[in-house]
Amino acid sequence: MNFPDNLRYTKDHEWIRTEGKEAVVGITDFAQGELGDIVFVDLNTPGKPLAAGDVFGTIEAVKTVSDMFMPVSGKVIAVNSALKDNAAVVNSDPYGDGWMVRIEITNAAESDSLLSAADYKKLIGA
Amino acid sequence: METIEETLKQTALTEVHTRLGAKMVPFAGYLMPVQYEGITAEHQTVRNGIGVFDVSHMGEFIFKGPNALDLIQRTTSNDASRLFVGKVQYSCIPNEQGGIVDDLLVYRVEENVYMLVVNASNMEKDWNWFMKNNTKGVEMHNISDKTTLLAVQGPKAVDVLQPLTDMDLKSMEYYTFQKGKFAGVDNVLVSATGYTGAGGFEIYFETVSSQKIWDAVFESGKPFRIKPVGLGARDTLRLEMGFCLYGNDIDDTTSPLEAGLGWITKFTKDFTAKNILLQQKEKGVSRKLVGFEMIDRGIPRQHYEITDKEGNIIGEVTSGTQSPSLQKAIGMGYVKTEYSKENTEIFIRVRNNLLKAVVVKIPFYRK
Repeated sequence: MNFPDNLRYTKDHEWIRTEGKEAVVGITDFAQGELGDIVFVDLNTPGKPLAAGDVFGTIEAVKTVSDMFMPVSGKVIAVNSALKDNAAVVNSDPYGDGWMVRIEITNAAESDSLLSAADYKKLIGA
Repeated sequence: METIEETLKQTALTEVHTRLGAKMVPFAGYLMPVQYEGITAEHQTVRNGIGVFDVSHMGEFIFKGPNALDLIQRTTSNDASRLFVGKVQYSCIPNEQGGIVDDLLVYRVEENVYMLVVNASNMEKDWNWFMKNNTKGVEMHNISDKTTLLAVQGPKAVDVLQPLTDMDLKSMEYYTFQKGKFAGVDNVLVSATGYTGAGGFEIYFETVSSQKIWDAVFESGKPFRIKPVGLGARDTLRLEMGFCLYGNDIDDTTSPLEAGLGWITKFTKDFTAKNILLQQKEKGVSRKLVGFEMIDRGIPRQHYEITDKEGNIIGEVTSGTQSPSLQKAIGMGYVKTEYSKENTEIFIRVRNNLLKAVVVKIPFYRK
């Protein structure tokens, strides 16, 4: 399993890559493996301000369904529309083409509570 | 501290599964492989080639003696008197309210010897139920712990298994079985049954031979790219066929007639709750188990509400998944009888959205 050092992570298995005031969010390699074959991703419509921990979308795998939570407070400004036709890319490339949403961060200070790759690995026992 | 694994039973092949990279999960008190390479790939393996499930968690009871048939007749809904030696029957155990204690397979192994194959999650409940009803001294044995069950399923099953035995598998009819030598092991029961709709066999044998038979099957299956398959794909395969899963689609509160199991409910003999069920048959039932396909995008899951167009609840989803063969979301659930006709538009409440679906005929998947 792969957990890039340049990303931050949540206990709920999302990753976040900060780019100035914006950030890209997805689910971790561990999460996609646990979910199994992902068939459908349901993402909130862009524009709504969300608090850290709010649901920004739902993943449907063959076996199960799982919510995704905002790592920090922010507004969804774009969703990965390519997932509509090919949700399986979340399994094959969770940190690249399998990204979920792009957000505008409203409270940068919250990022401090996110996990480093090392902390996240410890959390999942990897 | 006690870990979950310590309280779970293992099958004789648990180590093999782990070595093959299976994701192991607790299921009905056992640690079982839910998937190896992935549910979709494993599903296709069974539909198009051949796959092997370790389903040793299933329970096997042996009933012996001149009154064995009488006990089975009184406690199950199908007519076991029609079984000849070498014939299997799908049946269910009704409770006194007309609900279902369990669904099961009944094998007539010898003139006065039957094997009943029950769900792992119900093994104790079933055993106590039969004990309570065993008023005429039938000899009962629970051989589950010393029995391994492999389901070898898929269109290539005959090609792979026939070289391992003299029993004629090619001409073995659906829902019949033979007992004999298999892969050098005596007393192996090979049954033309399964829970996938893909064809194939279920093989019962003593646990001591587990590794030997597993290895022989995989060696013979190599040219056919045989693969192990987990319980995840077993669920998607059975759901595509519209087969009921106990605990999802049927339980203590659902009647066989509501569940579409009228075909295994025979009123030509006496059995538990016969009168209640007969009345249901004559008057009709108020709800029915139906299959449906999603029209709007979304996947139905167990316990989701089924509604009419206005959002009024008309039933509940009992099983649902994305069908790997059909590439669409399918489900089963109970609806008020007036909504059970084919092509009826129904709605599934998925995360507070009402998504459109349509009642369809089962099986969902046809070859």
